[in-house]
Order: sequence, then structure tokens, then C-alpha cells
Amino acid sequence: MHRIVSVALAAVLVAACSSGGETPGGAKGDSTGVTDTEIVVGTHMPLTGPAAAGYSEIAPATKAYFDHVNASGGVHGRKITYKVMDDGYNPANTQTVVRQLVLQDRVFAILNGLGTPTHTGVLDFLKTNKVPDLFVASGSRTWNQPEKYPHTFGFNTDYTVEGKILGNYIKQSLPGKKVCFFGQDDDFGRDSLLGVEKVLGATAVVSKQKYVTSNTDVAPQVGAMKAAGCEVVVLATIPGFTALSMGTAARLAFKPQWVVSNVGSDHPTLAKQLGNAAPLLEGMVGVSNLPSPADLTDPWTAAFKKIHDQYNGKAPFNGNAVYGLSVGYLFVQALQAAGKDLTREGLLAAVEKNGFKGPGFAPLRYSKTNHSGYGGHRLTKVAAGVQVFFGDVFETDSADGSVNVFGEQRPTPPANTIAS
Amino acid sequence: MRTLLWSVAAAAGLVAATAMLDPFRNYQLATIAAYLCATAGLTVLTGLNGQLSLGHGALMAIGAYTVAFAQKSWDSLYLSLALAVVVTTVAGAVVGLAAARLRGPYLAGATLALAIAVPSITITFQSVFNSEQGLPVFLTPPRTLDIERWQALVAGGAAVLVMWLLANLSRSHLGRRMRAVRDNEVAASLTGVAVSRTQVLAFVISSACAGLGGALMAFLAQSVSPGAFPLTLSLFLLMAVVIGGLGSLAGALWGAVLLVALPDVIHSLTEGMVLKPAMASRLEGNLPLAIFGVTLIIVMLAAPGGLQGLFSRLLKRGHHAPNS
Repeated sequence: MHRIVSVALAAVLVAACSSGGETPGGAKGDSTGVTDTEIVVGTHMPLTGPAAAGYSEIAPATKAYFDHVNASGGVHGRKITYKVMDDGYNPANTQTVVRQLVLQDRVFAILNGLGTPTHTGVLDFLKTNKVPDLFVASGSRTWNQPEKYPHTFGFNTDYTVEGKILGNYIKQSLPGKKVCFFGQDDDFGRDSLLGVEKVLGATAVVSKQKYVTSNTDVAPQVGAMKAAGCEVVVLATIPGFTALSMGTAARLAFKPQWVVSNVGSDHPTLAKQLGNAAPLLEGMVGVSNLPSPADLTDPWTAAFKKIHDQYNGKAPFNGNAVYGLSVGYLFVQALQAAGKDLTREGLLAAVEKNGFKGPGFAPLRYSKTNHSGYGGHRLTKVAAGVQVFFGDVFETDSADGSVNVFGEQRPTPPANTIAS
Repeated sequence: MRTLLWSVAAAAGLVAATAMLDPFRNYQLATIAAYLCATAGLTVLTGLNGQLSLGHGALMAIGAYTVAFAQKSWDSLYLSLALAVVVTTVAGAVVGLAAARLRGPYLAGATLALAIAVPSITITFQSVFNSEQGLPVFLTPPRTLDIERWQALVAGGAAVLVMWLLANLSRSHLGRRMRAVRDNEVAASLTGVAVSRTQVLAFVISSACAGLGGALMAFLAQSVSPGAFPLTLSLFLLMAVVIGGLGSLAGALWGAVLLVALPDVIHSLTEGMVLKPAMASRLEGNLPLAIFGVTLIIVMLAAPGGLQGLFSRLLKRGHHAPNS
């Protein structure tokens, strides 16, 4: 059955590409959720629950970008309607809300559905209904299975690539230190640890701890890392648990060098959660592939800030906002590339064709055989309360390839910050 | 005989309904049916036998995980559902026997412990249960049928079967013994009813129903995770049967409908309102909880017999009107 589906889809894609021209997919195809004046897109997000802190700000930012595009006439004359459903980071709720979006609201595509445990559960459902599942907000390698899930594409740099880049930094800048790892007890933590160990070696990590989001007491794990004499702690944590780990460590007078995954290292989000204890973040090393919200000299940050202030002004302008705006930018790029005769098949073909350049420092890896998102990161460090980039942009693969410097520069934002 | 006629009519109605409804409504219908198995079991335990369980969500989890493991081994849905019932029956017997020595609030306490322990077990033994990420449930849907319609037919069929069996049970010897124990344990034992045995039996039957409900939930979601079976699920189930009406099995149906409809209605309501983003995100997820609670209070004040009690009272009044 799987093979029949893949063969059928491959045939569709081949047909789509051979038809050529500016409109891959041709006139015939599935255009559910698309009218002459509107494109309806949906997402599932943790607006409540353990992951809401920080992540609940992503969808409003994406929506703000769509408002900006709609105000300029939309894409090929169509305005984008973005339906945001709360799943509370609970996989059972994700099941219900995604069915509601696909079966009841008849959305054209699911965009940027957030979370590894949550989104994993709806992959089969989206495949059965042939819904484009674009730019999943998570770095799990699960999204990159073009044979099994031809409709699904990741967005984040995958956690193994990220782990390798973090490991590479430790190897070069913190040699000889005792390294420990604290991660979420799912694919997120496991993939990240795999990456760290690929670079540092399987025996280099002296203490490996994990947490579950339903238990906010991390004192046993942090205590164990202190007892193991850790000098460097790699965190594969969501923001709430980055803050918890640092707060708990401070109470236990444990002061390692923190090296944190991209999804849990946005400084403004963490500073807000830690409140008076925000100085604990000083010296934290993180990674990011999107422009820093703190650096207004970055042309992309400046352009995004303008849109943010106009359409989402009450929300803080932080890493989540930049992330949401970047997702919106990439989705509009994909819509533009899919052409005027918008179909689901055409959109998928356009994403596989790739060639997208935008705010990200690292390259997007989309192709027929690769459905993972960004392929690299740049290191960040918190100094005097500001998170700044340092060093080169690194890229690598999630296998055993080496960690390399990526030299290509980003383009400057187009006029009006809308891809043409 | 009457219950059989009702069941056949319900099954025929189900087949007709699934043919007319769109896929999303079919999915909701299937969810109602899955909840109905659990709420009907709880109505028997609480309404018929007077025992309180705060752990039915955990029993559902046991049924759900059984289906996940069974489907991984053999991919035969009906066999897996049956196995889930067997496993939860055993689990119910163990808890029921332990709880048979407990009375009133202590049984509630014991089942509360179950509701908290079961999700924690899935997190502690993560190599088996895969922690909070949970497990996929493998399914091979029939090619000739819409997947949602298939789900509605299977879950609905199971619910009709459960309702038929429980309705017969309620009219049987055992049903009368359960009521006798509920109304007065001393009087019941004086007339020769084995009180503890009746209570354990009621708990086991109720567990089996909850297990089937959980198994159907896993079948619908095509995945299981501890987040789907939190303590609040157990409390929601209890609230649902109380609001629906503990007096009869029809109350369980009202309860199951409410569990599915209320979050949906509230979502449509808040979607229509123009709210500030901060306010909207605060309401989302919390509002259903608040409205459920307020509904419970109102129903308890206005109609202590629940929705079904209110409904049958209205029916009676309508009946008498021509005579007066």
C-alpha cells in the first residue's frame, strides 16, 4: 500500500515537473481550501499548557506577516487566512484539532504545526488525506521521510545537526571539560544527544539526564549532574525547562557552562520567565539560524520589526516573533513559486524544487530526497544581557559528515519584505 | 426483548447516520461512542451500585495501551479490542478486590491513586511505553470505506453492544442486587446479598467498559500517550455522568455527547468573538473547563436528576397535559 502511494505520488511529481513552466502542477489537481480570493491554512500550537511559554507567540507573528501580505493584495490576488488551534502540547488534542482543520474547515495545508510528540501522531492522518504538511515547528528527523511521508517537510535545523554543531563548539572551545547532557525524554532529547555524541564520542558525556514536561521538578536531575562534576551542560530543553534547569542549578550552587538547543535558548523568552534571576543567563551559549531580534542593524530584523510593530505590536519582539515571521515569509515564497493555479501537488513540487533564500543564515535543504529544513546554525552568546552571534555559520548533515563552515551570504530583504 | 429492539434500532440508526454525516462529524460520533462506553460503565458503578471512581481515565489508558501493543503484534483490530477488554477486566478485578475492603471516600481515594499512577508508569518505564511521546497504533483501514465512517461504525457498534449488555444487566438479578447494596448495605446483606462480591463485580464490569472506551479512543487517535489520559479525564467522566443523570443509562449518553460537544461549541463561540490575542490565548483551553464546572453547578441546583431526569420529567408533564 505504502509503495503504491509513493509510486503514485512520484508519478504525480514527475508529471508536475515535466509539465514545466511557471506553474508546476498544472491546472488540474487538488485545490481544497483555495478560492480566487482566499487561501485557508491551519496550524496546531500550544497556546496553553507546558510549552505555551514563548511558543504561543509564534502563530500570532506568522499571522501578522500574513496580514502584512494581505494588506499588499495577497499572493496572486488571494488573501491568506490562518486558522490557529490550541492543542495544549497534548498529542490527544492535536488529533482532534487537526481533524477539525482538515475535515471541517477544509484547510489547504497545515503550516508549522508545533511539537515533536504532538505532530508525530497526525502524520498518518495528513498523509491519508493528502494534505501538505509544511515547515513543521520541530527539529525531529521524523519529518524527513520523503518515501513514507511525502507531504511532510520540516523547518527547524534538525536536532542531530544541532547537537553536532553544539558538540563541535565544545570540542574546539571547551576542550577537556566534563560534559553532561540534560534533554527532553522523546525524539527531541534523543536526537540531540546522538548529535553531541557523534562529535565528542559516545563516552564523552559523563552524565545523561532527562525530563518529562508533566513533571516540573528537575532538582534530582540537576543534583545528579552537580554530583557528577559537570563543567559543561548541554540542554535539549523547551524554554520553560531551560529556565527551570538554570533556576534549580542556581539554588544548588551549581554553575556549569550552559550550551543550549535553539528551541530553548531565546534570551528574551528566558529572561521574562526567570524575572529577577535573568542574570543567570549571562554567558549562556546557544545556536540560531534566524536573525537576532536584538540586532536592529540586521536588515531582516529591521524589516520584520516594522511588520511586527504594525500588526502584532502588543506582543514582545523576540526570537519567537522572528521565527513566526520567518515561517510566514517562507510560506509566501512557496506559494509564489507554486504559481497562480494553486494546487496541493503544485505547492509540494515547488517546495521540493527549493531555491528559497531568506532570513536564515543556513541553507534550506529541501529536495525530492530531503524533506528536512535548515541545515545549520550560528552560535550565540549572552553578554551584558544581550544575545549576540559569534563566529561562522556551520552546516552539517545528520549522519557522520563533518561540521563545515557555510560561507554564503544571505540576500537583503526584498521591497516590502514580500518575496516576488 | 425491549432492549434488543432498542439496540437493533440504534444500530440501524448508526449505519444510516454514518452514511449521511461528513467525515468530521463521523469522527465526532465515533468519539462520542468511545466516551459512551466509559460513561455507561461509570453510570452502572456510581448510579446503580453507589460506588465512586476517580480512576476511570486510568482504566481507559490501560485499554488504550493494550490496543497499541496488540496492534503492533498482529494488526487484527477486533482481537485487539477484545484483548483490551480482557486486560482491563483483570486490572479492574485487582483494583476492585483491593478496594472491596474500603468504603465510601476510601474507594475514591484508591481509584484516584490509580489515575495518578498509570500515566506516571508510562513515563517511568519509557523504554516500553515511550514516555510522553506515546506509541503509534497501527491500523489497516478497509479500502471500500471512508476511514472516519469506518471508525464511527466500529466505535458506534461497540457502544450499542455495551449499552445493550448493560441495559440487560440493570434488569437482571445482579442489577437488583446492585441497587439493593446501593440503597442499604445492611438491609441487602440481611436479605442474603453478598455485599462485597456485588461491589467488586460492579467495579469489574465498569472497568471492562472503561477499557473498551479507552481502546476505542486509541483506535480513533491512532496513537496513545499519557497526556490523553490525565487525572482531569477521570474527573470529566464523572462530571459528565452526573450532568447527564446518574439514574439511567440514557444519562451516560447525554454525558458522552456533552464531553464532545461542549469544547467544540465553546471553540465556535470564541472564534466568533473578537478578542485581544492575550485574552483569547488565556481563554483557549481554560474556558471549556470553567463552563463545564458552571454547567455542573447549574444542573445540580436546577435538575438534581441530571439532563435525563429533566428530560423525562418534561416528557411526563407533556403526557399529563391533555388530561388536566
